[in-house]
Amino acid sequence: MSVFIFIDHSEGHVKKASLEALSYGSALAAQLGTTAEGILLGTISTNPADLGKYGVKKIHQAAQPALDHLDAQVYAKIIADTVAAAGDSIVIFSNNSSGKAVAPRVAVRLKAGLVSGAIALPDTSNGFIVKKTVFSGKAFANILLATPFKVIALNPNAYSVKEGTGSAEIVPLTVQAPAPTIKVVSVTAASGEIPLTEAEIVVSGGRGLKGPENWGMIEELAHLLHAATACSRPVADAHWRPHNEHVGQTGIAIAPNLYIAIGISGAIQHLAGVNRSKVIVVINKDPEAPFFKAADYGIVGDAFEVVPKMIEAVKKLKTPSS
Amino acid sequence: MKILVCISKTPDTTAKIAFISNNTKFAGDGVQWIINPYDEWYALVRAIELKEKDPSIVIHLINVGVADSDPIIRKALAIGGDEAIRVNADSHDPYYVATQIAEAAKQGGYDLVLTGKETIDYNSSSVGGMIAELLDRPYIALATKFDLAGNTATVIREIEGGEETDEASLPLVVSCQKGVAEQRIPNMKGIMSARTKPLKVVEPVATEPLTSIVSFELPPAKAGVKLVPADNPAELIRLLHEEARVF
Repeated sequence: MSVFIFIDHSEGHVKKASLEALSYGSALAAQLGTTAEGILLGTISTNPADLGKYGVKKIHQAAQPALDHLDAQVYAKIIADTVAAAGDSIVIFSNNSSGKAVAPRVAVRLKAGLVSGAIALPDTSNGFIVKKTVFSGKAFANILLATPFKVIALNPNAYSVKEGTGSAEIVPLTVQAPAPTIKVVSVTAASGEIPLTEAEIVVSGGRGLKGPENWGMIEELAHLLHAATACSRPVADAHWRPHNEHVGQTGIAIAPNLYIAIGISGAIQHLAGVNRSKVIVVINKDPEAPFFKAADYGIVGDAFEVVPKMIEAVKKLKTPSS
Repeated sequence: MKILVCISKTPDTTAKIAFISNNTKFAGDGVQWIINPYDEWYALVRAIELKEKDPSIVIHLINVGVADSDPIIRKALAIGGDEAIRVNADSHDPYYVATQIAEAAKQGGYDLVLTGKETIDYNSSSVGGMIAELLDRPYIALATKFDLAGNTATVIREIEGGEETDEASLPLVVSCQKGVAEQRIPNMKGIMSARTKPLKVVEPVATEPLTSIVSFELPPAKAGVKLVPADNPAELIRLLHEEARVF
């Protein structure tokens, strides 16, 4: 038995969510007294052996450039075949855009129980139980996996990257890649500097900002903190900001280390998308805004006065003192 | 062309989340049940939009659930769709649900299966991919745009930090999210006609779920907000830096 980790990459770079999955899978392998092995489809611009520092001993790589873009059907077949050859095993994905496309297919091929949205290492003291978020972050469920093969898709930002030393042995995968079923026509980067789901800090604006022309200060604060920008649903619906910035129950669910909500009242649907954030800061002029109940820090005040002063303070903090 | 839209029954987005029977069951009494928003607002409405352009398209809805799913199925039919199938079983786990839907899809010969990107209760984002695998069809997850020209679908999907434009031939399975369509409210004509649209109840095929829920937990309560005076945002930045250590 082994723990296999799917290594997700884009434009030659391994995604941060995948480094988390590698760290998680390696910790799980140590917990079970077995080895962690990566599966890499396509090519990356760095030496894949270096990923050994995240704890994987081997990386199975099918280095065909034809596999650089994800095709869920093709990927699932190669991954399932590789894992099945090793006997009963556990497969780890990040529960990101790639994992959501591929993990369910791999689970079906292996007749494996799947937990998607895992937030912690499995409890293996009595069976194999994985904790996941349910009800859009408002609760957790403990899921029992009793199948010989098991698949886990780990939520982004739920497990910290653990970097050590070591080099992985690269095992070439000789696969007859099935003909692609999906043609990737183009890939475009969103306007934001940092992908929302991978950001450690997110600065978010709501209707309290009154209009799209007032987003300059949100972007400046985000830029200073190396943060991504986000918004509430009414803001995206009014087209003040693009849809891909909408966080909440029906938008994107995020779990950054710091979520700064400016001019957002904190409707239950919005909270559902952000309540896994480690620290929540709320800036709102209404002291009755429900968001304050979910916040760790807050200022009751006018965003147009408070945010520029926050920007000033961050600038001062980032300037080396003389 | 035949489109199958998968609809799930979920608690309303504002429902109180609580558990009973020693934290093994969701406390569903008194809860308002709705069509999973991703299924309704995006998958179903997009199918209707396609049919408005090409009236020869036939839309079937499918739900895996017992009789208490009927109200949300009727509501979905009121928004649009020609007929509905309910597989008469509890929705045990994603694999069980996907197996039932895949079976119905095989029998119905659908060119396109649409789902929401996930349900707002179990957040598994799994059923669409599982159906695709069971049917051995291509799968595009997390679509934000979906267009059809003849037999070719052009789909924009969300990826980390951007989007990807894909092309694929039917038959196809796609999971939909915001951007694919705009939410609609059923009109009176739709509500009236939904009453007489066929709702076929079929018995499930034999299969076993692959996972089971041992227990639920609620997150620990927050300690309470620490308020900083509005005239001193610098203090907030200091606390975030020195106390919370988030930057």
